Amino acid sequence: MTAASEKAPEKPSEREDLPPVPHGHVRLTIDDRVVDAPQGELLIRTCERLGIVVPRFCDHPLLDPAGACRQCLVEVEMGGRKMPKPQASCTMTVAQDMVVNTQMTSAVADKAQQGVMELLLINHPLDCPICDKGGECPLQNQAMSSGRADSRFVEEKRTFAKPLPISDEVLLDRERCVLCQRCTRFSRQIAGDQFIELLERGAHQQIGTEETAFGEGEDFQSYFSGNTIQICPVGALTSASYRFRSRPFDLVSTPGVSEHDSSGAAVRRDWRRGAVTRVLAGEDPDVNEEWIDDKTRFAFRYAQSATRITRPLVRGDDGELHETSWTDALERAAAALLAARDGTGPAPLDADGEPGEPKRGVGVLPGGRLTIEDAYAYAKFARAALQTNDIDARARAHSGEELDFLAAHVAGTGLGVTYADLESAPAVLTVALEVEEEAPVVFLRLRKAARTGTAVHHLGQWSSPAVVKTGGRLVRTAPGREPEALATLPDDVAAALATPGAVVLVGERAAEVPGLYAAVSDLVGRTGARVAWVPRRAGERGAVDAGALPTLLPGGRPVDDVARAQLASSWGLADENALPATPGRDGGAILRAAAAGELAGLVVGGVELTDLPDPVLARAALREADVVVSLEQVASEVTRYADVVLPVAPVVNKSGTFRNWEGRDRRFATTIDPSGGSSGRVGGTAAITLPDCRVLDTLAVEMDVDLFTQTPEVAAAELGHLGAARPTEIGPVRGPDGSGDVDGTDGSLRLASWRQLLDGGALLIDEPELAGTARPPKIRISTVTARRLGLVEDAVAGLEGPRGSLHLPVELADLPDDVVWAPARVPQAGGGVITLAGLGLTHGGPARLTGGTTDGSAA
Amino acid sequence: MGMFDGIAGFGVTFSTMFRKVVTEDYPRVKKVTAPRYHGRHQLNRHPDGLEKCVGCELCAWACPADAIYVEGGDNTDEERYSPGERYGSIYQINYLRCIGCGLCIEACPTRSLTMTNEYELADDDRQDLIYDKDRLLAPLLPGMEQPPHPMRLGENEQDYYVQGPEMARRPDVQDAVREEIQMTPEASR
Ligand code: SF4
Ligand code: SF4
Ligand code: SF4
Ligand code: FES
Repeated sequence: MTAASEKAPEKPSEREDLPPVPHGHVRLTIDDRVVDAPQGELLIRTCERLGIVVPRFCDHPLLDPAGACRQCLVEVEMGGRKMPKPQASCTMTVAQDMVVNTQMTSAVADKAQQGVMELLLINHPLDCPICDKGGECPLQNQAMSSGRADSRFVEEKRTFAKPLPISDEVLLDRERCVLCQRCTRFSRQIAGDQFIELLERGAHQQIGTEETAFGEGEDFQSYFSGNTIQICPVGALTSASYRFRSRPFDLVSTPGVSEHDSSGAAVRRDWRRGAVTRVLAGEDPDVNEEWIDDKTRFAFRYAQSATRITRPLVRGDDGELHETSWTDALERAAAALLAARDGTGPAPLDADGEPGEPKRGVGVLPGGRLTIEDAYAYAKFARAALQTNDIDARARAHSGEELDFLAAHVAGTGLGVTYADLESAPAVLTVALEVEEEAPVVFLRLRKAARTGTAVHHLGQWSSPAVVKTGGRLVRTAPGREPEALATLPDDVAAALATPGAVVLVGERAAEVPGLYAAVSDLVGRTGARVAWVPRRAGERGAVDAGALPTLLPGGRPVDDVARAQLASSWGLADENALPATPGRDGGAILRAAAAGELAGLVVGGVELTDLPDPVLARAALREADVVVSLEQVASEVTRYADVVLPVAPVVNKSGTFRNWEGRDRRFATTIDPSGGSSGRVGGTAAITLPDCRVLDTLAVEMDVDLFTQTPEVAAAELGHLGAARPTEIGPVRGPDGSGDVDGTDGSLRLASWRQLLDGGALLIDEPELAGTARPPKIRISTVTARRLGLVEDAVAGLEGPRGSLHLPVELADLPDDVVWAPARVPQAGGGVITLAGLGLTHGGPARLTGGTTDGSAA
Repeated sequence: MGMFDGIAGFGVTFSTMFRKVVTEDYPRVKKVTAPRYHGRHQLNRHPDGLEKCVGCELCAWACPADAIYVEGGDNTDEERYSPGERYGSIYQINYLRCIGCGLCIEACPTRSLTMTNEYELADDDRQDLIYDKDRLLAPLLPGMEQPPHPMRLGENEQDYYVQGPEMARRPDVQDAVREEIQMTPEASR
């Protein structure tokens, strides 16, 4: 009876005037149009391809079909017979000679959709004016397109208490929920967290947690909860930080890239009046699909923080920092750096009060959060202006072995292992990488891979949530013994890694264990597995390729005569020996030299001293150095010691590129252009700050050197022009000679640790809601160890280090005996953090555990 | 030349002399506008003084001249400005832009926004023509209490909306309103 069957009486697959049906496809008719669709495609997708919009709520291309909302009903005819009722197009797959009529051509489908909409709306509150989804709400839109013009429902609506906080960040309004189960399916399928569930039956059916249903229960914790807010098709899940902040028509949406980790995740930043009001996941099927972690989503207010520096500061005679003009600040910084570089500064007095050997040289610590353009500017500034290779972007535990590894496997290698490779890999081994905490987007991809058959192995100490949620297998080892564990991997793991396509992911923490990078290098050499280095910070990979390391010049070049001459000529330097010939000192050595009075100056970027392996040494170095120039966004511990502070722009006020762990360039444009009509705002006033590369360029000009990095664009162009030039012969990754082994002889334990995702990092300031969703820090030990020490679960134990102790509740886990795990950084209630490095503790080193204290604070 | 030619030129003058005067004696005598004249906006209150505005920004959305700026805020039990979850924490109308079309009034879902007959919207400072909540909120009538304060007329916002008209008709509220009108002479215009 449909128009289609009249016009095309014979089956479209048998029609002679059409080309044959391609292999693996079926031919069907939708709204009178004949279309070929791959077998197994969902009807709703085929309609989309034809440009027919079928209204839907529960359907989401990245979630398994559910057929929960029934909004997508269409009329379907199979074998010339109509199906008795309209069918959900989001769960039905295409079939040969199917005839489909959507609401466009079928009155039945249209009426069915209107009926479903009416049912969805009977209990829906009249909340649009106060609802955060208003203006971008699929329910509003589809009620207009597929609903009845007026309501026939006069009865009282069902009400619930609202809004209910599910976590500090996510608020639930059960009245608005259309029970599409996108949120529950996301939690279960994508994140693997039991964050939110469907409860009750009938009219009382609702979304909730144990807490919302029974009034008590655990706070639910997930690093990916923000995605549920984004995919909820109504305003049932809203975020506490964006609550009532603005309407979509107020906002300018600018695509960007995550600055919080090395994932390179695409984001969309919505901003208004010079400030970002929310960050959403952007779509990039090659990288983050449509998901981001909560840190990337909710940590953006740091750019408006009261501690932001927006004017240059110099230290006056009174010992305080004072605002000054750019000209003055740059002149002073340049003069001081030149004196420090050439050793013409005042010579320190020796023991007899006589002037001794003058200090000479400047070390550069750019920090790991830079765009590749800024990192390149630092690299060039160190070599060309400061004439040194003493530059190290690794503001964390690092080693010479790591430099070897980076030179051999990372620097200048371009796009290597990709997210897609992870998904198709037969086996993946993570080494020194707690993937959910340190690279959450990679974790999501690994979990997706695991769901389709990838065997995920973790080299670690206990079955952490990441191990469980990736269906992974734990290769358990004592901390510090990872290299031996890699050398003696179980046969099946080694065999799995030898299958083509297998991947080893190694984290930056490998530098904490002497010999581990060498062991990884050895393992991939032995098995043929591909290796990828997954650092935590967004700028680490870019810094390696831009040459912000003591032994690597831009493009992965080693510090040798060929590379120096090549660089000198492309940088337009007359003398081909203009660039320093000796490899530089690494971060630790730079700080030691400065503290010992050998180095005269330090140029420091965004470095948190508490992130460094030895904060005490760092403080001493900053105190001892004659001149400290700090390029910072916010007042920090470094600016407290700095002689000149030059303000630099946060990510939203500049353009640039983050090279993510894959080696993929993630270019982004300025979100809020400080020089345009929409200045960045700090505390209600316009703030114009410049990217690091521009500041360094101007500073270098004051020092009579041209960097040609006035804008990120020219810096990127120059770096691209230089290209990668890996040495023909890759050196070996040299492990340590002896093993720095510690045995638990004096009753001490071995410490294992890593950083948790939300642990009071520098970019997490002013985000109380986000901080509330952090994983509670705990000390973990095995049952046997607990019994030996007389500790029970939830008792507060003290982790003792040479420089203090940290008290946290105990949780029992499947660690090896005599091993204790603790988070590497623990924010304290009154502000500030305690780091294990600050306590003098290291992963793999000894630690003592005491019990019996009841207060949770640190001594 | 005829004898009246000399005064013929005054024809218009004399004939007009006996017509009704059209010149306004403003500002000595203020013009009374039509009752539905589109004058300065007003943000109305519930009978207990709580604000009707929920900060929904629909007025800002409707405004063809982009004259309205609104930011919503979250009511808490300790600090409540309107019944329900949301209130307008920042509310500004820029009278340099407003064209007095009244579309915002039609958009307002709570009848918070209405227009008064006040037309004296001139100033010598552009900044002063951006009216904030302090100049837009309706005056507190007797019986009203300056927010923030808890809901006095019901348990939740439903009570305010469902019983609002009834409450407005309550004799004590009516008396209070009448009193207020007599007290302020310009209110009778
Ligand atoms: S979910 Fe959509 S339809 Fe429902 S109240 Fe919010 S904006 Fe309105
Ligand atoms: S809360 Fe939102 S995503 Fe979850 S079931 Fe309800 S409508 Fe769907
Ligand atoms: S005045 Fe009305 S339309 Fe404007 S924000 Fe307030 S409630 Fe919404
Ligand atoms: S979209 Fe098809 S049932 Fe929900």
